[in-house]
Amino acid sequence: MPLTPKTVGHIARLSRLEIDAQKTVFHAAQLNHIMQLVDQMNRIDTTGIEPMSHPQEAALRMRDDEVCAENCRQQYQSVAPATQDGLYLVPKVIE
Amino acid sequence: MHDQSLGELRAGLDRKDYSSVELTRHFLGRIHHGQRLNAFISVTEDLALEQARQADARIAGNDSEFLTGIPIAHKDLFCTLGVRTTCGSRILDNFISPYDATVVRKLKSGGMVMLGKTNMDEFAMGSSNENSYYGHVKNPWDEKRVPGGSSGGSAAAVSARLAPVATATDTGGSIRQPAALCGLTGIKPSYGRVSRYGMVAFASSLDQGGVLARSAADAALVLQAMSGFDRRDSTSLDRAVPDYPGCIEASIRGKVIGLPKEFFGQGADPAVMEAVEQAVRIFESMGAKTTGVELPNSEAGIPCYYVLAPAEASSNLARFDGVRYGHRTEQYEDLMDMYERTRAEGFGEEVKRRIMIGTYVLSSGYYDAYYVKAQKLRRMIADDFQRAFEKCDFIAGPTTPGTAFVIGEKSDDPVSMYLNDIFTNSANLAGLPAISVPAGLDHGGLPIGLHLIGRYLDEATILNAAHQFQQRTDWHRKTPEGFE
Repeated sequence: MPLTPKTVGHIARLSRLEIDAQKTVFHAAQLNHIMQLVDQMNRIDTTGIEPMSHPQEAALRMRDDEVCAENCRQQYQSVAPATQDGLYLVPKVIE
Repeated sequence: MHDQSLGELRAGLDRKDYSSVELTRHFLGRIHHGQRLNAFISVTEDLALEQARQADARIAGNDSEFLTGIPIAHKDLFCTLGVRTTCGSRILDNFISPYDATVVRKLKSGGMVMLGKTNMDEFAMGSSNENSYYGHVKNPWDEKRVPGGSSGGSAAAVSARLAPVATATDTGGSIRQPAALCGLTGIKPSYGRVSRYGMVAFASSLDQGGVLARSAADAALVLQAMSGFDRRDSTSLDRAVPDYPGCIEASIRGKVIGLPKEFFGQGADPAVMEAVEQAVRIFESMGAKTTGVELPNSEAGIPCYYVLAPAEASSNLARFDGVRYGHRTEQYEDLMDMYERTRAEGFGEEVKRRIMIGTYVLSSGYYDAYYVKAQKLRRMIADDFQRAFEKCDFIAGPTTPGTAFVIGEKSDDPVSMYLNDIFTNSANLAGLPAISVPAGLDHGGLPIGLHLIGRYLDEATILNAAHQFQQRTDWHRKTPEGFE
């Protein structure tokens, strides 16, 4: 089923992307074009095939539970848009 | 100096024909001369000269390694301590990395000199380097044409002799495709061979760092230095790295080359196919054998990739939210508004498109039909390769369907752009090593790439084959006019 401009608005919201309401028709057309390409997957029968999520398919390596990272807070926060007292600042979320 | 191989540069440094500072100054001058290509986002001149001075001190103290004092350019996707790392995006325009990627750290500790950071498609999403916030890159072979992508800046820089070698990354063809279009040797190693720590993530199960070089011998040297286990990357493989430079000299007599009929059917330019067939004949003349193999599900590679890569990207790029680093919008009403405006301003059109596709295919009600379906196809594609490798040592075909196209020609049509990856992205889906090698010029004098895909963890065989091919051919020595 092709994507409607309304669905595109919803996907943009889920993606945390502001999009121009005037352009949802354009975006829908473009995304539908890409999804037509994607739909070519359906030409191949995948019944009974196990999904493959990763080329290695091994369990992730475990390490000893020891402290190995240094505290780099100051360094990492030096590139943040807004910080105060070692905390990242965001707009108020709780009244 | 700019036309010498890494081995020749090593010898020149050791003989004191020139110092690393002189060599570095020479390449900084070349970068200045080639500025119009827009290959670099940042040129780190002062740092380069400082690193070159340190390299000279190491050489004087007999403490040098093979690559000590040799300049390199890094794709602007590798984090570089104290140096801006943009990933070709406005959202990281002001990002000064607080740490080095493992690849950068390893090459730095080996004494390589960083000349700067190369231009690229934003977040490595593109096949033409037209999706960069910093403008498109021009192909040194014809400046009206694209250099390929996403590692287009690295490719243009090495091709125009602005740097002897460069790092690059490959998620669906982003090393091999620009290598083909710019007449270079570009290797994407097996998934897990090179640490992804400090490589800005696009699609984590597909991304792999590698090298763009002027020859397989040069690529082998740098790949050797950047490969190996890294505890900081949970998908890094704890396997010994073979001696790549040592492996390439062997004869390829008796090796079996798999020729998939799916790569030799329609789909590529006649000039490209002619060059690939000629390359196969050269391998045969060196004693290699050929056999037909089948990759029956290869047609699903593109659709499968354009589900999985955007799905992983939509999740990876969620971290760019204007809170911890990068761009934050100036005016906003609340947290949600801040996220949405920051991301709308920070990301370019192609990145937004892929985030939306990824979000859609992972969303409730569509997950099984798209994401799980693509994962099943991924297994079928990987299994096809396994079966093919029962009959052959490596697989050969074209790297790209055509040679470099004109800037703007495909930029309005994402789907036609995606089809450029048709021969390359299945190696990423299966995690296999692959290399593109210059194999000819078309009627317009544009480079053609030969694509070799190896068994998992067998970079040595494809490097060996590529090097032996380069002993019989001189396509890799061709230099674009004006950059000799």
